Amino acid sequence: METLEPYLAEHPFFRGMAKRHIELIVGCASNVRFDAGQYLDKEGEEANRFWIIRHGRIAIEIFNPTTGPITIQTVGEGDVAGWSWLFPPYVHHFDTRALELTRAIALDGKCLRTKCENDHELGYELFKRFAQIMEQRIEATRMQLLDLYK
Amino acid sequence: MTTSTVPAHVEHRANPMQPQPFRVRKVQNDTHDTFTMNLTPVDGGAEFKFQPGQFNMLYVFGVGEVPISISGDPTAGGPLVHTTRAVGTVTKAMRKLKVGDTIGVRGPYGSAWPVEEAKGSDIVIVAGGIGLAPLRPSLYYVLRHRHDYGKVVLLYGTRTPSDILYRKEIEGWRSRFDLEVYVTVDRAIGAWHGNVGVVTNLIPKAPFDPLNAVAMVCGPEVMMRFTALALQKRGVTPGRTYLTMERNMKCAVGFCGHCQFGPTFACKDGPVYRYDKIRWFFGKREV
Ligand SMILES: Cc1cc2nc3c(=O)[nH]c(=O)nc-3n(C[C@H](O)[C@H](O)[C@H](O)COP(=O)(O)OP(=O)(O)OC[C@H]3O[C@@H](n4cnc5c(N)ncnc54)[C@H](O)[C@@H]3O)c2cc1C
Repeated sequence: METLEPYLAEHPFFRGMAKRHIELIVGCASNVRFDAGQYLDKEGEEANRFWIIRHGRIAIEIFNPTTGPITIQTVGEGDVAGWSWLFPPYVHHFDTRALELTRAIALDGKCLRTKCENDHELGYELFKRFAQIMEQRIEATRMQLLDLYK
Repeated sequence: MTTSTVPAHVEHRANPMQPQPFRVRKVQNDTHDTFTMNLTPVDGGAEFKFQPGQFNMLYVFGVGEVPISISGDPTAGGPLVHTTRAVGTVTKAMRKLKVGDTIGVRGPYGSAWPVEEAKGSDIVIVAGGIGLAPLRPSLYYVLRHRHDYGKVVLLYGTRTPSDILYRKEIEGWRSRFDLEVYVTVDRAIGAWHGNVGVVTNLIPKAPFDPLNAVAMVCGPEVMMRFTALALQKRGVTPGRTYLTMERNMKCAVGFCGHCQFGPTFACKDGPVYRYDKIRWFFGKREV
């Protein structure tokens, strides 16, 4: 059977990570696809996965009962979506929805948390990468709040 | 620094402060607050020559005069094209002009985008909002001389989908095989299926070679500040990044000092500046 290891190793999020760490992570990985319009996550649901996007595009949304879904950001090939699995109470804060046919690798958060507890080096590597994504998203959000294109 | 020219036909004019009357030939509403006007000289005059990035002083008679970049094709001849956002006294009066009305034109003034120097390089055009208007002439130029450049990428950000300028034309550019176009909006509700997020989000993954790219950036000042940083993070040096400084101006020929920007005047040393030349005072509150 074809393994997901080469895909993970090539993805920008994992690039440069030690082979033994990739081998540990792949044990928590599965290959998934979503059709346009399909939800990956829903606000309020338990967050037990994150997504390594291989192709396609997804919207991170918040639902406003009066106006409907509001897209906060879109992410695509080479990006990662979801970090609520990292922090108790492990609940999604946003909806995530495929805008087009999207192929991704799903990573099981519970499985990874256990592995990180057992191997802190792996945990440190993963957290460094997530911290970078969080930093980028915060920066982008702040810029959005500035109303850049006025 | 880029060429700062008062073109010969302006310099030799008896009075550089004297506007020439132009006739409004066409007015087109682009978005709820922007419009594009085509102008031709009342007296028939010679073809209006300009370089991409230059601007004119447009005089709405009896109201006032404002600097507006030229947004048409520098290689096409034909009418003079300006795209304007109606924000205040003059631009709102300008919006009321109809086909057949006259408007005063002085120019072209200011420095240009480095389209000649950039030959052989990849081109990255980063536009925010109405900032696409002053960049459109350089895109026209590059597309007319397409074989002289490497990859050509347009990254365009606006507030909402309804603020997208030149929508039809962008759709046309998108369908070309020799141009990469990415559009993103800050806020989207409903039917928008494109990218959401600020334009700087597009920079890390855009398909160009940062070591061989020339970047041209135009938008609100805060957008340009973050864009210059994101380009630098990707590997485009400040010496290969160009941006425009919009400062209020009066004379537009370097006499009055109204548009002073650090040790320069935006009307003649700008509006297009090379980023490394202004980096130390760009973004300083006092400047
Ligand atoms: C080199 C250069 C090139 C330029 N190119 C372009 C271009 O291609 N297209 C373009 O659209 N603009 C361009 N500009 C900007 C343009 O010159 C200004 O928008 C214009 O001068 C505004 O003049 P105004 O009389 O309409 O506005 P003013 O009345 O002078 O108002 C100026 C500012 O005050 C604010 N303001 C005015 N009235 C009100 C009000 N009632 N309530 C709240 N705020 C208000 C407006 O937001 C505006 O930002 C350029 C500027 C420069 C220096």
